[in-house]
Amino acid sequence: MSKLLLITFDGGAEGHQLAGFAQKLGLPFDVLCISGEAPTEIGAARVLNAGLAEVPPADALAEGLKSLVAGYSHIAGLSNMRSKDVLARLAGLIEAGMVTDVIGLQSPTSFTRPMVAGSVIATVEVLAEPVILTVRPAGFPADPVSGSSPVESVTLAASGQAQRISVTARGGARPDLSQARVVVSGGRPLGDAETFERVIGGFADALGGAAGATRAAVDSGIAANELQVGQTGKIVAPELYIAAGISGSTQHMAGIKDSKLIVAINKDPDAPIFEFADLGLVGDLFEVIPEIRAKLSV
Amino acid sequence: MKILVPLKRVIDPYAKVKPLGDGSGLDLSGIKFDINPFDEIAVEEAVRMKEKDGSHEIIVVSIGTSDSEEQLRKALAIGADRAILIETEHIYDSLGIAHELEAVVRAESPDLVLMGKQATDDDNNQAGQMLAARLGWPQATFASKVEAAGTRLQVTRETDSGEEVLELPLPSLVTADLRLNEPRYIALPGIIKARSKPLEKRPASVMSSPKTRTVRYDAPPARAAGRKVSSVDELVAALQEKGAL
Repeated sequence: MSKLLLITFDGGAEGHQLAGFAQKLGLPFDVLCISGEAPTEIGAARVLNAGLAEVPPADALAEGLKSLVAGYSHIAGLSNMRSKDVLARLAGLIEAGMVTDVIGLQSPTSFTRPMVAGSVIATVEVLAEPVILTVRPAGFPADPVSGSSPVESVTLAASGQAQRISVTARGGARPDLSQARVVVSGGRPLGDAETFERVIGGFADALGGAAGATRAAVDSGIAANELQVGQTGKIVAPELYIAAGISGSTQHMAGIKDSKLIVAINKDPDAPIFEFADLGLVGDLFEVIPEIRAKLSV
Repeated sequence: MKILVPLKRVIDPYAKVKPLGDGSGLDLSGIKFDINPFDEIAVEEAVRMKEKDGSHEIIVVSIGTSDSEEQLRKALAIGADRAILIETEHIYDSLGIAHELEAVVRAESPDLVLMGKQATDDDNNQAGQMLAARLGWPQATFASKVEAAGTRLQVTRETDSGEEVLELPLPSLVTADLRLNEPRYIALPGIIKARSKPLEKRPASVMSSPKTRTVRYDAPPARAAGRKVSSVDELVAALQEKGAL
């Protein structure tokens, strides 16, 4: 019988982001929570709580997941670096096909996903189950769910060869880029790291949002790696995306297309970003951003 | 150390690509091809490891038609020692590629497989992890720094929230992210030398049936045309009207 297993790595928020996909897929579903708080209010038949203190490296985790995913026709996680790391390895272990970056579905065996930096939307047919999916939540808004699901403890035995030596989490108190309601991003015109942090980081903080950057800004050392938004960086889908001093390369636009409202601020009236932006203002970001903050008193 | 670098021939990553009008494929007229940029970074990293310690041997491998010889020659010009082309017209999904590469790894017994984190045409980000799983080797994906220490590797990898360092015993598999290195400019002597390096063709040996298949290619929906505002006042008013703040 067809049945979906949602996988959350770090707790509740991921489950809530995946709920809309589960509803659209329309199959009965369970959710497996590896670490952190279990999402009990997303309409799952069962919540399987592994309760690990931390998320193990991919080789150990995929091995441990193998027995827990048996019997499910569909196995899905959020589309992020961790899911791609672990779930693609799981697909190799259980000989499953995989569809990454699912943005839409026609049936439980037909999914759409972007390819070639979002220039093309591919329709992928699943020829054999089980199938493993990573899902971009923007395409799957969730209906409200009432009631909570029973929680069962499960044993996830994770031992592998890779050893984690250290972890560096950056970004401080700012919300996660891929989950933030507002994202303020900057490009190379910011000039240096200190200016980027003050102008873009400061504006993001004032709006309660996350800071993002172009590949060019990251390449030139103005912004940290994990702030990169685009084809090979983070895919964001906030309510409001503010692009300051960003020309709008195909690779960057691939990461922001699902944003509800895109605002562009750029000195160059011919910058390609103005073709994508819902609201565009031709102007110097160093004058415009302080002026906006003054108007909003933030 | 023996390092195997699988690489893929992809559409020029800077080309504007459109689907064909009937959705049956991509319009490739006038499009050039290149090594997948992340695979080129993997080749560069292997060559740098060899330059530090001359005992390494670097084998590059690609799967596809004889067209991929061009990309293998480029990898030889960067500094790989020999190339293998698994010559086939079979249609693969990522798992099928992992199966085919698994056979090459079993035949060549490298200590390290180093490859791109994803190909810039399909954007799948699957084959490396699947191959590592098939081999039972530990993996480090999204690598931004690789250091060999005896029979172990220390890999700094990018994560959703920052970075982490993994230590892996060999043999193991590493996938390269953008900031692992900047591939060198290939000078003429390298290109000439590459012509005389061995490039061996082998038939595909697995050719497993794909479990997923792309059946249609469409242009993304266009965003509704936006508008330019002429002042900060107008911008702030529009944002407030849309409830975006």
